[in-house]
Amino acid sequence: MSANFYYGIEVFLNGMMAGVLYSLVALGFVLIFKASGIFNYAQGVMALFAALTLVGFQNGQIPFSHLINAVFGTNIHHFGWHMPAILAIILTLLVMILFAYLVEKYVLKHLVNQEPIILFMATIGLAYFMEGFGDLMWGADIKKLDVGLPQGGNVWLEEHTAFLGGPDFYGFYLDNLDMWATVFAGLLVVSLVLFSQYTKTGRALRAVADDHQAALSVGISLRAIWVIVWSIAGFVALVAGIMWGSKSGVQFSLSLIALKALPVLMLGGFTSIPGAIVGGLIIGVGEKMFEFLIGVPYLGGATENWFAYMLALLFLVFRPQGLFGEKIIERV
Amino acid sequence: MNAVDTYITADGRTIGAPLMEMKNITLRFGGVTAIQDISFDIREGEVRAIIGPNGAGKSSMLNVINGFYHPQEGEVWFRGKKRLAMKPHQIAKQGIARTFQNIALFKGMSTLDNIMTGRLTHMKSGLFSQMAWWGGAQTEEVANRAIVEKVIDFLEIQAIRKTPVGRLPYGFQKRVELGRALAAEPKLLLLDEPMAGMNVEEKEDMSRFILDVNDEFGTTIALIEHDMGVVMDIADRVVVMDYGKKIGDGTPDEVRNNQDVIDAYLGVAHD
Repeated sequence: MSANFYYGIEVFLNGMMAGVLYSLVALGFVLIFKASGIFNYAQGVMALFAALTLVGFQNGQIPFSHLINAVFGTNIHHFGWHMPAILAIILTLLVMILFAYLVEKYVLKHLVNQEPIILFMATIGLAYFMEGFGDLMWGADIKKLDVGLPQGGNVWLEEHTAFLGGPDFYGFYLDNLDMWATVFAGLLVVSLVLFSQYTKTGRALRAVADDHQAALSVGISLRAIWVIVWSIAGFVALVAGIMWGSKSGVQFSLSLIALKALPVLMLGGFTSIPGAIVGGLIIGVGEKMFEFLIGVPYLGGATENWFAYMLALLFLVFRPQGLFGEKIIERV
Repeated sequence: MNAVDTYITADGRTIGAPLMEMKNITLRFGGVTAIQDISFDIREGEVRAIIGPNGAGKSSMLNVINGFYHPQEGEVWFRGKKRLAMKPHQIAKQGIARTFQNIALFKGMSTLDNIMTGRLTHMKSGLFSQMAWWGGAQTEEVANRAIVEKVIDFLEIQAIRKTPVGRLPYGFQKRVELGRALAAEPKLLLLDEPMAGMNVEEKEDMSRFILDVNDEFGTTIALIEHDMGVVMDIADRVVVMDYGKKIGDGTPDEVRNNQDVIDAYLGVAHD
């Protein structure tokens, strides 16, 4: 086999791992959409906010230090400690749960039974609020996130696969971080599916997703479920924030990964957890392979920027409910 | 009859003291009065029917009982205590379960999962115990599953245990919905047109299930039904509503001979 064939495989594997990261973001959307019918525009910003908070805790930053300094003329920035990653992650998770509770109490509760478009608008407002709030709390500079995951290419794998493709092939180059992200995302998805299938709260989540009135009649509190769903979405945002933040630094552009999740959702369907995973993989592999096989040789490259959206557009035309979404049937 | 504490039915069952009392209930939607100054009681162990022409306010009355609507005037008494304004899910926890006129099942979930949701009010394990699938959560799940299996046997729906309910025929969906309500082991079971849209055979099955529930578990049942034959057969006492007012209350025989009721159903010449 020629070296090109093995490079093709390498591109494929890298595409898979990029796809997993897309899936991770898309998953947050699906969870909230399923349980409350809200398309949560703020999901990307939630990932950014989670990553900012995590870095802030780790580095012992004082929240709102810029504001405090400006108002009181002080000059404080850090508590002067460095927190272990695991502790910082737990604290960040608590912050995300608090955030979920506040969103329910101050936003969702007042918008029950409103049109989906109004709820969507509310999440846009929420996104901008969080973006500004995150900056105010932790500062707007670009931060480095390191929770102790290995970085860089995996040397072992590279050395042990070099023999495959002859003298022109130097082995598979796979990023350590990507591989860990794949493992974590896989674990996350499996545990979410198990949780929703085999526990009473999981069952209540699915019940609320299906029928609000019936859910109330069997004693499910919608408000409690919404807090739980937003907490889980906050947790997923945290994982996505850690992975993307470790890769490219914690900065505003992190919130734009939400845009990459949109085509994933159109492929997978807005209501399907497996759909978010498969959709992410298809987009990830698709855009890398398209670039490798068609983009670079024939189109002058840079097809990765638009491939996903193009694919989503095709799906919108021919299969609007996505691969796994519920069929859109209106009964009169 | 309302004055005495107990009474004996035609088939010899002894009916106990009032379980639920509606006192002077008035419910308005803007300028429309859906229910006007209605009082009646539902006694322990009885099958109580609410009947009336379309738009009489029967479903509204059921929604008041299970807390979807809050009446502007009047009091609801449950088990000898005045009930304060509550959310529907809190009322469900007090032991009131219901079915809906246009089946409200969780369509994407299996029959088993749907009926399991009926057990939610009896399950106490915490979120973290469930996440770890450890300690209380697991034993609780198994114990409640056993109860659900009994309900499934009772309703003779073993064969469709794993089928997503969205795919089931109408008659079965009605039965699963009854199963979900039964799984809650309610003190009061509300049925909103349990036999609507069924053929004769399905109606007979459903009537049998309702009577068996009442007989075997002693569950108090309040139901709305259009089929007069069925109501007269299975109800101990009947409330008749028309245009939001109560026009009759009593045993099927008393109601059948009530002139107001006859007028409401057959129409009356206006002078």
